[in-house]
This record gives sequence, structure tokens and C-alpha cells, in this order.
Amino acid sequence: MEAFLFIPCLVEHVLPHVGEATTAVLVRAGVTPTLPKGQTCCGQFAYKRGRADLVRPLARRFVEIFQDAPAVVCPSGSCTAMVRRYPSLFAEDDPFREQAAQVAAKTFELGQFLVERLGLTDLGARCDLTAALHGSCQTTRVLGAGSATEALLAKVAGLTLVPLARPERCCGFGGAFSIDYPEASEAIVAEKIDDIVASGAEAVITAEPSCLLNIASAMAKRDLPIRALHLAEVLAGEGI
Amino acid sequence: MTKTAHDFAKASAKALGDRQSRAILHKAIGHIRVLRQRSVNAMPDFAERQARAVAVRDNTLAKLPELLEKLEASVTAVGGRVHYAETAASAASLVTAILSERGAKLVVKGKSMVSEEMGLNEVLEAAGIEAVETDLGEYIIQLAGQRPSHILAPALHVSKEQVSDLFARKFGRTSTDIPEMTRIARDSLRQKFLAADAGITGCNIAIAETGTVTVLENEGNIRLSGSCPPIHIALMTLEKVVETLADAAVVLDILPPAATGQTLPVHLSFFTGARREGERDGPQEMHLVILDNGRSDILADPKLRSILRCIRCGACLNVCPVYQSVGGHAYGTVYPGPMGSVISPLLKDNPGDPRQPFACTHCAACSEACPAGIDHPALLQELRRRVSETETDLPVAAFSLLARHPLLFGGAAAVGRLFDPKLREVAAVAPDAPVGRFLRCREFPGLARPFSRRFKALARRLKRLQGGRA
Repeated sequence: MEAFLFIPCLVEHVLPHVGEATTAVLVRAGVTPTLPKGQTCCGQFAYKRGRADLVRPLARRFVEIFQDAPAVVCPSGSCTAMVRRYPSLFAEDDPFREQAAQVAAKTFELGQFLVERLGLTDLGARCDLTAALHGSCQTTRVLGAGSATEALLAKVAGLTLVPLARPERCCGFGGAFSIDYPEASEAIVAEKIDDIVASGAEAVITAEPSCLLNIASAMAKRDLPIRALHLAEVLAGEGI
Repeated sequence: MTKTAHDFAKASAKALGDRQSRAILHKAIGHIRVLRQRSVNAMPDFAERQARAVAVRDNTLAKLPELLEKLEASVTAVGGRVHYAETAASAASLVTAILSERGAKLVVKGKSMVSEEMGLNEVLEAAGIEAVETDLGEYIIQLAGQRPSHILAPALHVSKEQVSDLFARKFGRTSTDIPEMTRIARDSLRQKFLAADAGITGCNIAIAETGTVTVLENEGNIRLSGSCPPIHIALMTLEKVVETLADAAVVLDILPPAATGQTLPVHLSFFTGARREGERDGPQEMHLVILDNGRSDILADPKLRSILRCIRCGACLNVCPVYQSVGGHAYGTVYPGPMGSVISPLLKDNPGDPRQPFACTHCAACSEACPAGIDHPALLQELRRRVSETETDLPVAAFSLLARHPLLFGGAAAVGRLFDPKLREVAAVAPDAPVGRFLRCREFPGLARPFSRRFKALARRLKRLQGGRA
């Protein structure tokens, strides 16, 4: 099977290794990944600022780029959730709404794609780690793909998952929130890191690149020896 | 934004600097969270209860004018009087007039957020009427000259030790033993109940078919406030009405577990009118004040009206990462947290920071916890849209423009990668610019060689590997 890679801008320019791991995982799952040209940003940033008008041109670009894809796979719950929301940005009588709905329906977050679309949970991955799962809010509550992440991690050999005291709690990134309210964002991510440290984990795993960047960079500032890994990196194991 | 508008960003930064208050809040919220979880876990039918409650709340919103007329007729039939107030200020004057006309000098109050919304205590004081809060938390707040920080637990942000110090100052008598502290408050309050000319309470649910004001509490002070003094004035906002007693039971099925993790509160009072002929006790007069304060406009707004389903359980506050971190006072409004961030900007008096709907991490914990099925994230999104329509958001507009042109978008990243990959220069030159603010507590990993430039070689390598395996 073939799938088009939908690479979030954050992954393209800041976390390219997450894109590489995603590619490796798809190949391991027997999928041939294609990277269509011209991808930029899904428009989530503008959307959460209340500017659907600025998202519409980006949604049109996205739909054009991906309309011929057999399936669209993205290593981000929040960007997938944004694309799933595209149809709602266009009026009921706008013919583009239907086009957007078709692309939205075949766009999946990586874990969701593997479990719900391919019916795979065991990818034969090995990762010798004691880790905590940060189930990103956008992946779990907004997109509803949290159980897929958990099912995939449960099958990773060598991986011991330790619980966080407040696993459902946000990491405090929230896109523009971390810029508009830096003190509150800092306080929330500090609590998340406290929970991670208290769990005794050597690593924290998440399916969301923005949580990954937020938690990893805040841990780096504190010089903590805890790794932050994307789900794809764990599933890719030694594959790349 | 007007000059006088509240600034949540500044207020929250200040609140976050107060480590002691943060620790108290943290502990208290953790406690409520555990209680709620335990209670919801013990109710296998929580989802069904929730669905029934949503249906009852939606019935109210669909038939509100009719139900209010019915409520007025029922209250009148049991000897009460109904008063409508369009604004918080007019409601406060109305209550003050009722009391002044009857020469009332001392009023006991059961906990009421609507009274806070009216700013009633200040108005009463100006009219020479002493108003004493009788809910223990609210009493503590009143003695300390503060405002409630949580809609259910007004003194959530105050520690036992702080209350002990406060009592020592106010009563010359104190303790750190909670039963003993409660006794100290009770000794003072009991005299007030007996001497009061009137009692003011809130209203959790008003029942249209019976004219009943339903109130939930754990202390008994509301029952005393509504039954002991000769005049009872109940305050409600117009969406608190339900059609039937059975409907009230449906709301009661969900309110205590969502609020405090209880199956039922310690006291559940049904106040139905004034003392009837031949009855030996109860108030001689009963007044029900129904406040609008912008809610009719919300009802007429199909995109926002679902916020009026709210039953004020506080569950959304207890799970909100922003509320949990900054506390209730930073909001500068009567209603904080997610429900407050939706409703406050829509109220006519004291709308708070117009940008409050932006102070959200989009985590959706609020809608998940809400027993009334309110989709706070969607409502906040709609409010953000309305605020954004009126302003120019340069960074977002610029970013969106770049994102329409892949060459420019990639080019901008390439320039950054070349000159300042870790964004240290930007952060040093402009610590208050967006990037600078983000980097205050974070070590940016750096702009890297884009994935799209690595993909071809990677795909070839993976194909070879895969081929080798097969």
C-alpha cells in the first residue's frame, strides 16, 4: 500500500528525525511512503488564534496536494485534528467542503493509521527503556487516537511503561498560548516535568511533536538526563 | 481593548509568583480531583445520567420564556414574589430597595455567586445594611476582605494556617484544629442568624411547576438563611429554571458527583414560597430575584447558547491546567476557569479581560469533565474568532502568508538556520518578542536540515534494507 506523508512544519524544520522515524515505521509496516512537494503548515496556529479566514487558503493548498493520496499519514495528532476540521471551515453550500471532507476522512495520525487502518499493533519493535507516556491532549481527547498509541507501545519489546501521576494533564504548550502567557505555560510544563521525574522514567514518549518540543526543550534547560521520544522513534527502534 | 480592561496575562504572571498560594491551590485541587474521580468511578451509569441532564438543560433553553412565566406563576401561588433585573447593578438596587423599605439592618447570606455578580455586598454596605456571609469559606473571604477564587470553594486558595491567623486577628481566639475553628466561626455566625432581618440565598435549580428554589450545601447555613429570618430573598440567573420536579432530580443526579464527588450534599433544601397561614415557621416574605445580565442575548446566539447549560459544578475549573496554575483571582471576574472564560466576556457587567478566551491550551479537559455536555473549546474558539475579527494579528498574518508560498516558507527557515539556528540571538535582542517569551524556560533544539531534503536518500536506503530482508 502507498501513503502520502503529511509532515508538520515543526517536524520539517525542527524535528526532522521524527519524519525519518515515521518513514521507517511505515516501510516496516509494508507501506510505501510518498512525500508530496509543496507542504508548509496546516494552519493550526492561525486557527487557534480565531483566524479561520487565514486557514482557508492553507486548507485549499493542502487539499490540492493530497487529494490523490490513497491515505495521508501524519506524525502529529494536532495537525491531523486540524485537517479533520477543514470541512467545517467552509460553508455548507461550498462545493469545496465536500473535497475537504474526502481528504479529511483519509488523513490519519501515525498510530491511528497503523492500528485503525492497517490493523497492526505489533511492529516487531524493540526499545530497552523505562518510559512514561505523555498522551497529548490533541491526540487523545481531540482526535481520539490515544488508545492506538497505547496499543502500539504495549507491543514494543523491552519497553517498560511507568504511569504519570496525572497522565491526562496538558504540557502547557498550546501553540500561541506558550508565547502569549509564557509564565503560565512555564508553570504548567514545570509540573509536567515534575511528574515525569517523579515517575522514575528514563524517557518520555508522546505522539505529538509540539508536546515533544515543549517538554524536551524545558527539560534541556534544566539539564535533565531524561530523553523525549516521539512514538515513531520508539516504533522505529534500530530501524534507521 | 479599553484602558480599564483587566489584563489576565499580567495578573496571572503575578499570581504565579506567589509560591505559597500556588502550593495551597495545588493541594486543594488535587484533593477535589481524587474525590470526583472516586465518585464518578463508583457510578457505572454516569454517562446515562449525563445524557439525561443534558436533555433537561436543553429543554430549559428551548422553552425558557415559557418556563420563567410558569415559575413566576408558581412562586406567586405559594406566596412569593418574583422580580426581574436586566443588569447586575439594577438587581443589586432592587434587593437593596426591598430591604430598605422594610427597615432591614442586618442580612445573613448563604453562598451565592449571583450575589457576587451583582456586587451586592458593597451596595448593601453603602445603604447602611450589614451583610454577613455565612458559608464558612465565604465568611473567611469576607473577613479577609477578598473575593472567592473558585465558584464552589470560595476560600480554596487559603490555608488552614492562614485562617487560623485571620481568626486570631478578628476574634482574639483561634485554633488550628478544624472542628474548633468551625466552632469559633459558628459562635459568631449563630448570633447573626438569630438577629437577622433577612436572609439572602442563591438558587441551584428553580422548579417551574412548583415554584421551588432548590439549594445544595454541606454546612446548613443556607437552610438557616432561607428559613430563620422573616424575609427570604433568593437570587438566580434566568437559565437556572427547570420545568418539573422530576427534571430537578435529573440535575441533582449529576451535580454533586461532578462538583464535590458526593452522591448527595449534606443539606438539600427545597424552599417553596413564604410561610402559609397556620404554619409556625418559615419566612413571612419570600422574594425571587431573576437576573439576566446578558444571558438573553446569549440564549439568542445559537453558536454560544450551550454555555447556559452550565450547572455551576466547577468541574471544568478543577481540571483546567491554566486555572490550576494561576488560581481564580487572576481572572479578575466572578466566574474563572473554562466556564468563566466563556461566560464572563458575554456578561454586561465586569466582563474581565476581552482576550480571556485566548488564555487556553486547547487541552479539552474541560469539555471532557463537564457533566452538562458543554463543548468549551468550541465556544472559546468562537469567542476568539469574534475578537480576532476586530484586530490585526501581524505575526499570524505574516506566518500564514509565508505558508502559502513553500519557497518563501522554506527560505525563511533556511535564513534562520544559517544565521541563528538556536534562536539565541533573537531571544537576546528581543526577549519580549514571541520567540523570546517562548525561550525563557526552554532550550531550543535548533532549526535543522529539513526532512524533505533527507527523504529521498532515506527512502532509497530503507527500500534497500527492506529488499535485503525480503
